[in-house]
Formats: sequence, C-alpha cells, structure tokens
Amino acid sequence: MQHTLTVIVEDKPGVLARISAMFSNRGFNIHSLAVGPTHQDGRSRITLVVDAPELEQLKKQLNKLVNVIKVQEMEPAEALEREVMIIRVSAQPSTRGEVRDTASLFDARVIDISSSAMTFEVAGTPQHLKTFLEHLGPYGVIDLVKSGRIAMKRESELTPAPVVVGVGK
Amino acid sequence: MTEASKFTGSHSLLRSLEHEGVEIIFGVPGGAILPAYDPLLDSPIRHVLARHEQGAGHMAEGFAQATGLVGVVMATSGPGATNLITPLQNALMDSTPIVAITGQVPTSAIGSDAFQEAYTTGLAMHCTKHSYMATDADDIPNLIHEAFHLAATGRPGPVLVDIPKDVLNQVTTWREPHLHNLPGYKPTVSGHPMQIRAAIELIERSERPVLYVGGGVIKAGGSDQLLAFAEAVNAPVVTTLMARGAFPDDHPLALGMPGMHGVYTATTAIQKCDVLVSIGARFDDRVTGNPDAFAPGAKIIHIDVDPAEIGKVRAAEVPIVGDARSVLIDLLSTLQARRDPVDHPARDEWFAQIQSWKNQFPLAYEQPPDGPIKVQHFIERLYAITGGEAVIAAGVGQHQMWASQFWGFRNPRSWVNSGGLGTMGFAVPAAVGAKTARPDALVIALDGDGCFQMTMQELITASTEDIPVKVVVFNNGGYGMVKQWQNLFYGGRLSAVDLGFTYPDYPKLAEAMGCVGLKVDHPTEIDPVIEKMLTVNDRPVVLEVVVDGDEMCFPMVPAGGSNDRIVMTRDEL
Ligand SMILES: Cc1ncc(C[n+]2csc(CCOP(=O)(O)OP(=O)(O)O)c2C)c(N)n1
Ligand SMILES: [Mg+2]
Repeated sequence: MQHTLTVIVEDKPGVLARISAMFSNRGFNIHSLAVGPTHQDGRSRITLVVDAPELEQLKKQLNKLVNVIKVQEMEPAEALEREVMIIRVSAQPSTRGEVRDTASLFDARVIDISSSAMTFEVAGTPQHLKTFLEHLGPYGVIDLVKSGRIAMKRESELTPAPVVVGVGK
Repeated sequence: MTEASKFTGSHSLLRSLEHEGVEIIFGVPGGAILPAYDPLLDSPIRHVLARHEQGAGHMAEGFAQATGLVGVVMATSGPGATNLITPLQNALMDSTPIVAITGQVPTSAIGSDAFQEAYTTGLAMHCTKHSYMATDADDIPNLIHEAFHLAATGRPGPVLVDIPKDVLNQVTTWREPHLHNLPGYKPTVSGHPMQIRAAIELIERSERPVLYVGGGVIKAGGSDQLLAFAEAVNAPVVTTLMARGAFPDDHPLALGMPGMHGVYTATTAIQKCDVLVSIGARFDDRVTGNPDAFAPGAKIIHIDVDPAEIGKVRAAEVPIVGDARSVLIDLLSTLQARRDPVDHPARDEWFAQIQSWKNQFPLAYEQPPDGPIKVQHFIERLYAITGGEAVIAAGVGQHQMWASQFWGFRNPRSWVNSGGLGTMGFAVPAAVGAKTARPDALVIALDGDGCFQMTMQELITASTEDIPVKVVVFNNGGYGMVKQWQNLFYGGRLSAVDLGFTYPDYPKLAEAMGCVGLKVDHPTEIDPVIEKMLTVNDRPVVLEVVVDGDEMCFPMVPAGGSNDRIVMTRDEL
C-alpha cells in the first residue's frame, strides 16, 4: 500500500543520503521523493511516497536519524498532493487539434511544439495526472518526466477533493 | 608566531577532547591525521598505539564496555578509516559509546580520488549512530561536544567525526561548546506514568512472570534498580548475552542466559511465561529463535530507550519508551505506592516448575580425568580460583558461549563481549582497552584459536604499552562453532574449519610479542597453570589451553527453530 509521508529535516549535507541509505538497508521501497526548502531557514521538507504494508517501524527509523526533526504521515483524504508532469505526445497535423483539446480539459499547457509532436506541462493530483495520461496515451507518448509528489496536510476537513476537470472516468 | 605555536584545528581537537574528559585515545597515525598527532605530544591524554585500526576500535569498545565512558579511537583517512568499519558496526550493534576521529584528505582534494581518500562519512552512514564532517575548524569544539553527547545519551552508539587535513591546520580559536544544534535529537528518558502503572498491574496479576533483561540495563546503570525490582515483584530474571552481569547469577531469581545456546530453564521459562517484561533487550533472533513461536502465551511489556525497538519484532501490550534505570525506579516507586495491593497470584507453582527444569536440565558436560580438557571445565576452574573477581572479555564461537554459560557473573561491566555482530578478534583488543580503563582489575580474555589469530598483534601493543592482560587461548584446532554446524547440519562434511594444532606455537608466539607464554593440555595441570598465570602481573600472559576439538556446545536451538525444541545433546538431532 502507498503512504505519503512528509519529513522535516535539517538542511545539512548528507541528509538525503542518510534517509535513502536507511530505506535501502531496511528494505523499504521509495515510490517517489521530492525535496525542497521550507519557509524556515535551515529546514527542508521531504515528501516521500512509500510502498509498505505498515509505517510504524519506518517512521521510527526515520525519527531515529539525528537530522530528522519531524515525521508526519498523511492519510490520502487529508493530504493535499501535487505532481507535475512534462509529456511529449505525437501530434500529426491530422490529430493536433484533438490532442490540444484533450489536453486543455486537463489544464495542460503547451510548452513546446514541433511538426510531429506537442509537449505539455500539467500539474495536479496524482489521479489527475494519471487520467490525463490515460487520455493522451493513445496518441503516442514520446517522452515523459514526472516530479516527485509533494504534499501538505489539509487544514480544513470540509475541502472537497479536487475534481478532475471536465473528464470523468 | 612560529608555525608550531599557532593554535589550529588540531589544537582545538585535542582541547575539545580534554574538555570532554578524555584521558585515553587508541589509534594509529598517518598522513591526513598527522596534524592531530603533534599537539597530542603536549596533551595529558594518553595515546595507545594500536597495531591495527580495528584493534584500536575494539580497544575503545572494551574501554567503554568496562566503564560506561565514551571510548575514543583515532585513525587516518582511507585505509585507516576503512579499518574502523568493523569496530564501528560492532559498537552500533551492541550500543557501545565510542567516538572515532578520522583524518580526511584536504578539502580541495575531496572527490578527486586523492591518495588515501575514502568517502568516510558515506561509509560511516551505515555503521554509526551519526557522523560528521568538519568543514571549518571553528566548529570543532561543538562537533566534538555533539559527538560525545550523541555517543553517550539515549541509546548509546558510535559517532564518527571526519576532519580534513586543511581543517586540522586551519588557524582557529577554541570556544566553550554548546549543544544548540540538535533539533531532531531528543531521547526520551522517563517512561510514561500511565504505561508504568499498566505494567505494574500486569506484573502484579501475573502467575508466571519473567524479566527478560538486555544490555540496556547495564548501559543505563540500572543493575541495582533491577535487583530491587526483581525482588519486589518476585520474578525470575534471564540475562541475555549482552546483559551478563546485569543481575547476579548467584541470586535465587537468576536463571541465566536464554536463547540459541542459553540455559534450558531460561529459554523455557520465557516460552511458558504469561508476562514477559523486556528491559533494555531487543528480541534478537539469537534469543527468540523463530519469533512466531517465541513466548507464545506471554503479554509483553517492552521497555527500551529506543522507540524503534518497540514492536520491531514483537508487538507489546505495554510499550514503555525510556531509559532502563529511570523506568525501573518509576516501576518500583509505583509498585510501592499502590494503595490496594492485589494479592499476588500464588507463584509457588511457577517457581516449583522452574526448579524442576533446573534440576532436570542443568548445563552439563563431561570432563574425562585423563583429558582432553573441556573448555567448560577450564572455565569453571578459572572461576573457582579467581573467585570470579575478574573482567572477562570473549571472542566469538563456542568458547564465547561456554564463557557466558559457565562464568558466574555478579557485577555489571565485568563481561566485555561482541554480541550483535559476533566479531571474531574482538577479545584481545577489547581486553586491552578494558585493562587500560580498570588497571587494578584482573582482565582475562577467553579467546578461541581462530579469533586469536585475527587480532593477536595487539598483544604487542599490550607489552609495549605495559597493559598486562591475560589471554586464554582455547586451542581446539579450528573454528569449533562452524565445525559444529557442519557436523550437525551438513552431514559432518567439514569444510575450511581446520586450523590444526601445530601452528602457531602459542607460547613461543607469546614470548615473541613480549608476553609470558604458557600451555596446558592435561586436566590435572589446569590449577597450577592458572595459579602461575595469575602470578604474572608485569607483562601480558598468553595461556594456550589445548582442548577437545570435537566438543559441541549445548543446549542449542537450531537457527530459526522454535525455542520449544531445545537440543541438549548431539544424539537428539
Ligand atoms: C570476523 C568473523 N569472521 C567469520 C566469522 C564466522 N565464525 C563464527 S564463529 C567462527 C569460529 C571461531 O573459531 P574460534 O575462535 O577458534 O572459536 P571456537 O568456536 O573454536 O571456540 C567463525 C569463523 C565471524 N564470526 N567473524
Ligand atoms: Mg577454535
């Protein structure tokens, strides 16, 4: 099962290496990882998506690392999760319009274009990106890059989960 | 100022170590750490020049295990640092507080595959509690202070500080260090009062309790509290390999060591108990055997300073994060403050059951009067003659298990041992380190011939540095423990376990290393040769004891087997 963890760490050399070393040593699988600064000096936030049956031991091992300040697990319902993807799709003159229309349903922006392909950037929930890919895939994906997932805990319990724009499943 | 009179990172390092109260460093110099060896000449700190960095590391561990103080080891970059990997991992597994200082190639050369460069902090990532790379000499006092703090507090362990040569040479000033820089490190010391009360309830209502005591009790300095608590709740005590000495073996509640080569009664009492109180122990596979079959009917109270140990192997009904000593104190006071003490369920039956196991399944061996000598018998004689007043270090193998089984430990820190990693070669250097810490104690390494040959050169260190340890080498002509497994589980096909009895000539080798060399091969000569060994106090002694090469160590629970199936003799397999 996939879990999203957000880990606040000291911004020091080797911190990421320590975390990934611990993961590989203890046999935990990292599905995705994103690191970046926080609003506080000297603190970084790591968002981890891990495949593990349970997280207790993993959280404890993370906490055991001296440079790890805080570990927080987020239930899917309480997580604001985002990913960014850049995707290049085959788009011949005959299909270009269709491709562009489909992409616009997902709020994807065209960021590059050539005679035979279009490149989009799209941001959103993991589900949003997944659905987007399902719809563009049939046109022929030439290349694709996806960021690690970033996440923050929801403040309000009432905020509805964002709906995929336009296209249902 | 002349070059030599400048105050540099090296001076700051030495000053910082002095500030931490360091009196002794074990080490080997070399290029990158050279600058630190110069001010060492003017420092009150004693340097013991080991013959191999692994030896230096184990010396620091022996020092730490025998005292509870932080042991310090120093080495150069590259091969010096890589030679430290074994003692670092050993100290990590056994929660031994040591600080390793390593030289590193100059900052400008890092990452260039420079001469004697190794990515030391990267290597150390897997075998230390934490590691540091100094980038500015001004940071040295704080780094060293943090390193000692991390090594000694919480769950103790090894910490490494890597210092590039240019940082050692950098002009700096020394400032009183502060601990302001560890926002992610806050070990819990006291157990939660609610859990403490829950634990007392469970223990008081238990019909068949067992206290399962691990090395954490010794580390926390909690042996007296353990004794008081065990007596107060009237519960039998098992002590793991790491906890030998945490509870006196001659106490009526003591059952000895549980596990793979544990005492039948200790292992079985755990299997049959209804409440298992784990204090500073970690459900290691050498104790549990097949964890699914371990203590099947027991509710678990798990006390550990490291939250990650709790629930790692076995879920606990009552988890208590805290230092063993502090938790024992609170358990005791909570017990005494109980307003409505319940009547203990009668435990007579439990103690009668335990007594019958003791009678039926004692540790056993046979010493034929004409030999060959059995290690067990020798250890019993040594114990009798010394009155057990000694610090014992052990190697890894059959002799280690027999030492743990047959030496009656009475005091904490009288057993210096490699438990978690099982590092052959630990005994000699660890004994040397322990002897420097406790010069007035009789320090005896009980070693195997195989182990001895891995680090014996540290006896040259001992002779040269005037550290008169005693080393007993049980010569069974090979790797007895591995041979035992091959005999039991590989149909007796012996592969690469025979070292022979011919070479080396141990007494001669001992003499060549500046020690007194003795040898015994007949049971009737054991007492006199022990007496002789004990009279030598101005030099190290090596006593070769030629023993039965076919003896096997029992009881035994085959690896991964259930602790309900304890094999008492080879015929049962
Ligand atoms: C460094 C290291 N290498 C290999 C082993 C595997 N091993 C465990 S016990 C043992 C034999 C030990 O022989 P010896 O010191 O003679 O002890 P004995 O079992 O004969 O008493 C070996 C090779 C180990 N524990 N450590
Ligand atoms: Mg041997």
